[in-house]
Amino acid sequence: MAERIQQLEMKHISKRFPGVLALDDVSITLKNGEILALLGENGAGKTTLMNILYGLYHQDEGTVLIDNEVIHVKSPKDALLHKIGMVHQHFMLVPNLTVLENIALGYFQNTRFKLDLGLVRKKMMDISVRYDMAVNPDAYIWQLSVGEQQRVELVKTLTLGANLLILDEPTAALTPQQTDELIDLLKEMAKDNNSIIFISHKLNEVKTVSSKIAVLRNGKLVHEGPTGSYSVTELAEQMAGRQINLPKSPEKSKFGDVMLDIKKVWAHNDQGAWGLQGLDLQLKAGEILGIAGVSGNGQKELADVINGVRKVEKGDILLDNWNITNHSAQKIIDQGLGYIPEDRLHEGTLPAFSVRENLILKDYTTSQMSSSIFLKKKVIDSFAEDLIETFNIKCPDMYTSCASLSGGNIQKVILAREITRKPKVLIAAYPIRGLDIGAAEYVHQRLIEARGAGMAVLLISEELEEILDLCDRIAVIYEGKILKVLSGSEADNRKLGLLMAGVTDEE
Amino acid sequence: MIVQFLVGIIIGGIPLSVSLLLAGLGEMFTQRSGVFNLGVEGIMMLSAFIGFFTVYTIGSPILGIIAAMAVGALMGLLMGLVSITFKAEQGITGIGLFMFGWGLSGTLFRVYVGGVTTIKGIDGINIPVLSKLPVIGPILFNQNPLVYVAYILVPVASWLLFKTSWGLKVRAVGTTPAAADTVGINVVKIRYQSLVIGGIMAGLAGAYLSICQAHLFADNITAGRGFIAVALVYFGRWKPSGIMGGALLFSMAHSFQRLIQVYGINFPYEIAVIIPYVLVIVVLALTWKSQSLGPLALGKPYDREFRG
Repeated sequence: MAERIQQLEMKHISKRFPGVLALDDVSITLKNGEILALLGENGAGKTTLMNILYGLYHQDEGTVLIDNEVIHVKSPKDALLHKIGMVHQHFMLVPNLTVLENIALGYFQNTRFKLDLGLVRKKMMDISVRYDMAVNPDAYIWQLSVGEQQRVELVKTLTLGANLLILDEPTAALTPQQTDELIDLLKEMAKDNNSIIFISHKLNEVKTVSSKIAVLRNGKLVHEGPTGSYSVTELAEQMAGRQINLPKSPEKSKFGDVMLDIKKVWAHNDQGAWGLQGLDLQLKAGEILGIAGVSGNGQKELADVINGVRKVEKGDILLDNWNITNHSAQKIIDQGLGYIPEDRLHEGTLPAFSVRENLILKDYTTSQMSSSIFLKKKVIDSFAEDLIETFNIKCPDMYTSCASLSGGNIQKVILAREITRKPKVLIAAYPIRGLDIGAAEYVHQRLIEARGAGMAVLLISEELEEILDLCDRIAVIYEGKILKVLSGSEADNRKLGLLMAGVTDEE
Repeated sequence: MIVQFLVGIIIGGIPLSVSLLLAGLGEMFTQRSGVFNLGVEGIMMLSAFIGFFTVYTIGSPILGIIAAMAVGALMGLLMGLVSITFKAEQGITGIGLFMFGWGLSGTLFRVYVGGVTTIKGIDGINIPVLSKLPVIGPILFNQNPLVYVAYILVPVASWLLFKTSWGLKVRAVGTTPAAADTVGINVVKIRYQSLVIGGIMAGLAGAYLSICQAHLFADNITAGRGFIAVALVYFGRWKPSGIMGGALLFSMAHSFQRLIQVYGINFPYEIAVIIPYVLVIVVLALTWKSQSLGPLALGKPYDREFRG
C-alpha cells in the first residue's frame, strides 16, 4: 500500500453560512492509527468540519496540514488524491448501478476512457478479503440492506486508496449487533495503520471505539483529549452545555381498553412487494407501545395504513371498535387519530404556510373555526396564540412560515396541533430524529403527558434508548410482521437487537 | 400487392425515422446526465436553417452539415449556461430554447432568403448490384448516407453509455449526482458535455431535414419532430435500442398513413394522419410502469451546498 498519512492537523477553522457561524476557530489533530471521535449535538458543526476536510465545503479561515504540509482541498477529488475518504451518513451510492460500477466510478476519474471493470474487481476483492468484509460485486445497490450498503461504502473508500477515513454517524441505521461488528472492524483498520474520524452523538459507542475525543458545541471546540479521561455523563454535559435528564415513563400497571386493533394486515410497499405481511398488533388506552426495528422493515407502511394513505390489501384495522380499513384519511382523523409523521417538514406541515395556518390544518372546517365558507379570524388568532404559548413554540409571530423554524419548533407545532385535538390514538414516527437533546427531552415529556391523559400512543423509533425509556410494551417489527412483543421491564438492548435482526430462538 | 404495400411502407418509413433517431439518441445522453432538454425542436429548426443557408450560399453540403452541428453545440451550451450554471428551471428553459430557435430561424429565412428555394443537398446513394436485389435492395442499399450514419450510431451510443468510464459517469450523474460528486466527478462538466452532444445530434437531425430530405427550408420545417424525439427517449427507456424501436414504430406508422392516401384506399384522411401520434401516446401510457431504470435526478439542478 502507498504511504500512510502520519499526521493530520486542522488549525483555526472557521466557516460561516448565511446568518450562522457554523464553525468558530476549531483545531483538531489526528495521528496515524488513532480513532478520533467527533462528538456533538445536531447542528454543532461536526459534519460541516468534516465536509471541509473532504472538500465539499470551503473554510473561510484556517488551514489543513498533512504531515506538516499545508494542503488545499478544493473538491472531493483533491481529498481522495490526498488519501482522505469519507463515508457519509446518507450513503453516496447510485442505486441502479452495481457495487462494482459504483466503485469503478471513483476509480476512473483520471484514467482511460474504456471501462476496465476487471481491474477494479481485483482491487476491490483484495480489500474485501484483507478486512474480511464480504460484498457481492455484481449486486445492484438497491438490492442491498443498509448494513450491506455501509460495507460497500467502506470497501469503496479503501479501494479508492484512502487511509484516513471519515465516518459520519455510521451506526445510525444499524442494530446493536451490527454496531459491535462495525466497531471491531474499525479497530482492526486502525491497527492496520489507517486513521479514522468517527462522528457520533451516541456516547456509549464513542467510549468503546475511540482513542481520542473532540467535543463540539455551537461551532466551538469545547473539549479535546484521550477517551479515558471523562465519563459518559460528563461527556453528555459537555455536549449539551448543561445537565440533561431524559424523562422516563413512570411505572403503571393498569391500562384501558384496546383502542387500536390491527388484524393480520397486508399491504404493498412503494416497490410493489409486500411491505406488511399479516401484521397483528393491539394498542391500549393509556399506554405507549414502541415499534422497534431496523428501518425498512414495514414501519413506514404501518404508519401509512393506519393513516389511510396506503391501501390495505388484506386484514382489518379497528380504531375504538370502528372499522377504519381503507377509509379516507379525513374520516380516520375524525374518528380520533393523531399523527406525528416521520418527515415533519413536508408531511407534518405545509412549509410555506404560517404557524397559525399549520395549527388549524385539521380543524379549519369545524363550526368553531369557520362559518359557511369563511374562516373566523378572531377565533383562530386567539387559538393560535394560546397554543404558541402553552407549547412554548419559539417564532417571531404566528404569521411566520413553518419552513423558517428550527426542527424542534416545527415538531412543537405538530405536537400542539395533534395533542390539542385529544385523539384516541396518537402515532409518533421517529419523533426526535434530528432534534437536539433539549428538544428531545421536551417531546418525550409531551408524549408521557399524552399517555397520562389516556391516549394510546404508538411510538415508532430506531433509537433503542428512546424506546426503552418511554414504552410500556415493545413490539419488534421484522420483514413486515411483529416478531415478538416484550414488556418494557423485560426488554434490553441485547434482546431487542437480536430480535431486530430476525433472531427469535435464542435460548 | 400486400408485399408491395409493406415494402412501400418500409421504404418510405426509414428516411422518416432518421431525424427522430439522431435527435433522440442525443437527448438520451442529455437526459441520462439529469438534464431535461425540451428545446430539441428549436435546436433542430435553427440548425436546419443554418445547414440550408450554408449550402445555399457556399454550395457545400458537407460544410452545411458541419455548420448545423456547430449551431447545435452552441445551443446545447446555451441550455447548459441557463439551466446548469444559473440553475433555472429546466422545463421552462427548454421551452425558451424552442421559441428562440423557431423565431430566429424563421426571421433569418425571411430576411436573407425570402421564398421557397431548393438547394442541391445530398441525395440517396445507389450501391451498385446490391440495390438491384428484390425487396431488400431498395430497403438496405438505396438510402441517403446519413441514414447509415444514424443507424451506425445506435450501437456506438450503446457502447459509449454502457462500456466506457465516461458513460458510467453520465449514468451516475443523472441518478445520484451527490454520489458522483463525492468520488471526485465534476457533475457540472459531465452535464455540459452531455448537453453539447445532445445539441450536436439535434443539429445533425436538423441538417438531415433540410439538406438531405427536403432540399429546402421552410418555417417550422421540423413540425414537432423534436418533441417526438424527447418522447421517444422515455418510450425507449433511455436505451439506444429502445429509441431506435420507437423511431421506427413512429415513422412506419407515418409512412403507412401516407401510403393509404397514395393508394387511394377508402379511409378517412383525418384519422389516418393522427395514427402515429396516437400510437406514441398509447405505447407511452402502456410502458409507464417500469420506471426504475430512468435517471432519477432528471430535471433537478445539482447544488452541493444545498442544505435541505
